[in-house]
Amino acid sequence: MTLLSMRGIGKSFLGVPVLSGIDLDATAGEVHAVVGENGAGKSTLMKILAGVHVPDRGTIEIDGAPVAFGHPLDAQRAGVAIIYQEFNLLPERTVADNVFLGREPRRRGLVDRAAMEEETRRLLGELGESSFGPRDLVRRLSVAQRQVVEIAKALSIDARIIVMDEPTASLAEHEVELLYALVGRLRRRGMAVLYISHRLREVFDLAQRVTVLKDGARVTTVPTAEVGPAELVRLMVGRELHDYFPPRAAPGDIGEVKLSVRGGGNRKLRDIDLELRAGEITGLAGLQGSGRTELAKALFGAEPFTVGSMTPYRPRSVRQGVAAGIGLVTEDRKGEGLALRQSVRDNALLVTRSRARRGHGAGVKSLLEEVRLSPADPEREVRYLSGGNQQKVVLAKWMTVAPAVLLLDEPTRGVDVGAKAAIHDLIRRLAKDGMSILMISSELPELIGMSDRVLVMRDGRIAGALPGGSSEEAIMSVAAGQGAPA
Amino acid sequence: MKRTIPILVVLAALLAAMAVVNPFFLEPAGFLAFVKRAAPLVILAAGQYFVIVSGEFDLSVGSLVTVEVVVAARLIDGQESATWWVLLLLVAIGALVGLVNGLVTTLLSVPSFITTLGMLLILSGAVFLWTGGAPRGALSQAFRVFGRGDLGPVPWSVVILVVVAAAAVLLMRADFGKRLMATGDNDRAAALSGVRVARTRILAFVLSGLAAAVAGILLGGFAGVSAQVGQGLEFSAITAVVLGGVVLGGGRGSVVAAMAGAFSLEALFALLNLYGISGPLEYTVQGVIIIAAVAAGAAQFPSRLRAST
Repeated sequence: MTLLSMRGIGKSFLGVPVLSGIDLDATAGEVHAVVGENGAGKSTLMKILAGVHVPDRGTIEIDGAPVAFGHPLDAQRAGVAIIYQEFNLLPERTVADNVFLGREPRRRGLVDRAAMEEETRRLLGELGESSFGPRDLVRRLSVAQRQVVEIAKALSIDARIIVMDEPTASLAEHEVELLYALVGRLRRRGMAVLYISHRLREVFDLAQRVTVLKDGARVTTVPTAEVGPAELVRLMVGRELHDYFPPRAAPGDIGEVKLSVRGGGNRKLRDIDLELRAGEITGLAGLQGSGRTELAKALFGAEPFTVGSMTPYRPRSVRQGVAAGIGLVTEDRKGEGLALRQSVRDNALLVTRSRARRGHGAGVKSLLEEVRLSPADPEREVRYLSGGNQQKVVLAKWMTVAPAVLLLDEPTRGVDVGAKAAIHDLIRRLAKDGMSILMISSELPELIGMSDRVLVMRDGRIAGALPGGSSEEAIMSVAAGQGAPA
Repeated sequence: MKRTIPILVVLAALLAAMAVVNPFFLEPAGFLAFVKRAAPLVILAAGQYFVIVSGEFDLSVGSLVTVEVVVAARLIDGQESATWWVLLLLVAIGALVGLVNGLVTTLLSVPSFITTLGMLLILSGAVFLWTGGAPRGALSQAFRVFGRGDLGPVPWSVVILVVVAAAAVLLMRADFGKRLMATGDNDRAAALSGVRVARTRILAFVLSGLAAAVAGILLGGFAGVSAQVGQGLEFSAITAVVLGGVVLGGGRGSVVAAMAGAFSLEALFALLNLYGISGPLEYTVQGVIIIAAVAAGAAQFPSRLRAST
């Protein structure tokens, strides 16, 4: 019996189409996986189902009756619950408070705590949860336990369609097993579970059908029994390489080791072995949450390694990292990269000014020409610049101190095509001049096009090393845990 | 620079109004008398500016001014020979209070609003305890020269004000100023660029404490010794800075505008005085100004945000 049917869903943000013509349905008692690369449109689609976004086009039917959600509460009333990666729980309140937040049962005008706790206890029992009770503070619960609270909340509003967005992203191995059992219970209750995950193993373990999204469109919907992991990866990434990238380094361009790590680890990373060489661009691939950003921050000194060795220097703070000649272009340009209300000049000179010893004295003007900032106006406040120009300012900021190693975390995120090519050229020029570059990108064609070799991360480790020019399929299968790691 | 213009227009209008009401104001002596009266607040506003632009507040400066004056009177007690070491001590006290404010705010992660509110209470209590409500002792002649004496035709306080203002402008143009602005704008980005964010903020508090010490020295000579000499000055200083268009939360606004804001506030008080309205009404006026200035800043913000996206 079809419980949910979404037809022809389309959505644009600021004139940029994000989703077009998406069909998705789910039947009672089904786990339906939704997969796709970062940016394929999974989250937007689920937010439309949850009433967070209103679709521009298309219809949604639940139990054969058309529905229109203008607000998340509308979706809740229609029986849709969404469990986000970042939970929406109040940490200082009890489990029962959270389950009934905004819908507390009342008795003579006052909240009926006894009824609330009794009902919560019943729901937890149904979910087979006995490790905590209705009176425990959410703050004291583990991530897995909080997930159970979210699901109990969903049950308490009589949700019949549950969306789980990357539910295992922050779970430990044994907690994943518990989640499997939980999903099984929901299925047996006749609920439909829409399961979003990057991890192919889970898709095949849990789901009966899988819908593949790519670039905002649906590629296909197939029963998991009729498709293999390799085929699924091909469906997810199957696109042509049409971008042009500067030529890779010739063997003679690659020089001595600038930075090497042996057995590096911290709270989020394990067993990191790594060598970065002068003149080389090392690509770092991996799914969201695989530890790419954490690795960059560890090398930089912002979240240092706690174990292992690093030569020739081991920064324990950002200042030590900078002093040792390491630069980091963060993935969050506005939050971590720039002081938005300051001028281009003040941003470009910030690293130099933070050090007692000055970098090379190149003028700001010539630096801005080197990164091809246009217009090259050093007095403009950076918040008025386009994303591409902002990123050029961040790069200029590091070029002032000529670091030996430059770590780039999603250097072209939110950058238009023209600026992207300019940034690619700039990165290659820096490498040619002897800088050692580590580049993180979620866009595989970019990563493949730019990198002289590719390291793939999974679960906080480097799961494989692939030569430059490897296929997207090869990288994705290592990243998603399919196929033998190199 | 553009944001400095509105407050300069306001200041010019207020000065013109003063000139109309009281022609003596147009003569050098009249104008210098006004600057001399305004000097302590302008210096406090410059100190407060450093703290506000780094994203914090300093509510302790009023009590600190009182402490400076009371301590000076008691320790000097009329002896000319004690003047110089007491002056040094006062500067040290100012720096120390600022250092404590800064250390508590950054290292203990106590919001500066609370840190400096606590410091305000601690210093007020200490003054009361030490003096029993009526300060004892007297300032020396050499000490009082700074607040009321002249250097040739120019009052000493005007000379000191010019030096402080020049130093403040130079500091903001130096690397320190740029680091301070970046810290107040986005401390995460500043830290990831290698800026010592905590040290930078601590220095801002120290500068505010030093400004309070200088203001206290001037006020002691000018207004004499009382346990109320610094009362409410923290709010006047914050009002002045905000009136200068400096954004609460940090990262925006110029020190020149903050000092112009202090001059404007003093001019307004002087005008109210000339019309025979004064005393308690000053607080009311300040209250209206501070709310209106922040609201005006906030009202511009959404449109600017839209323009940038």
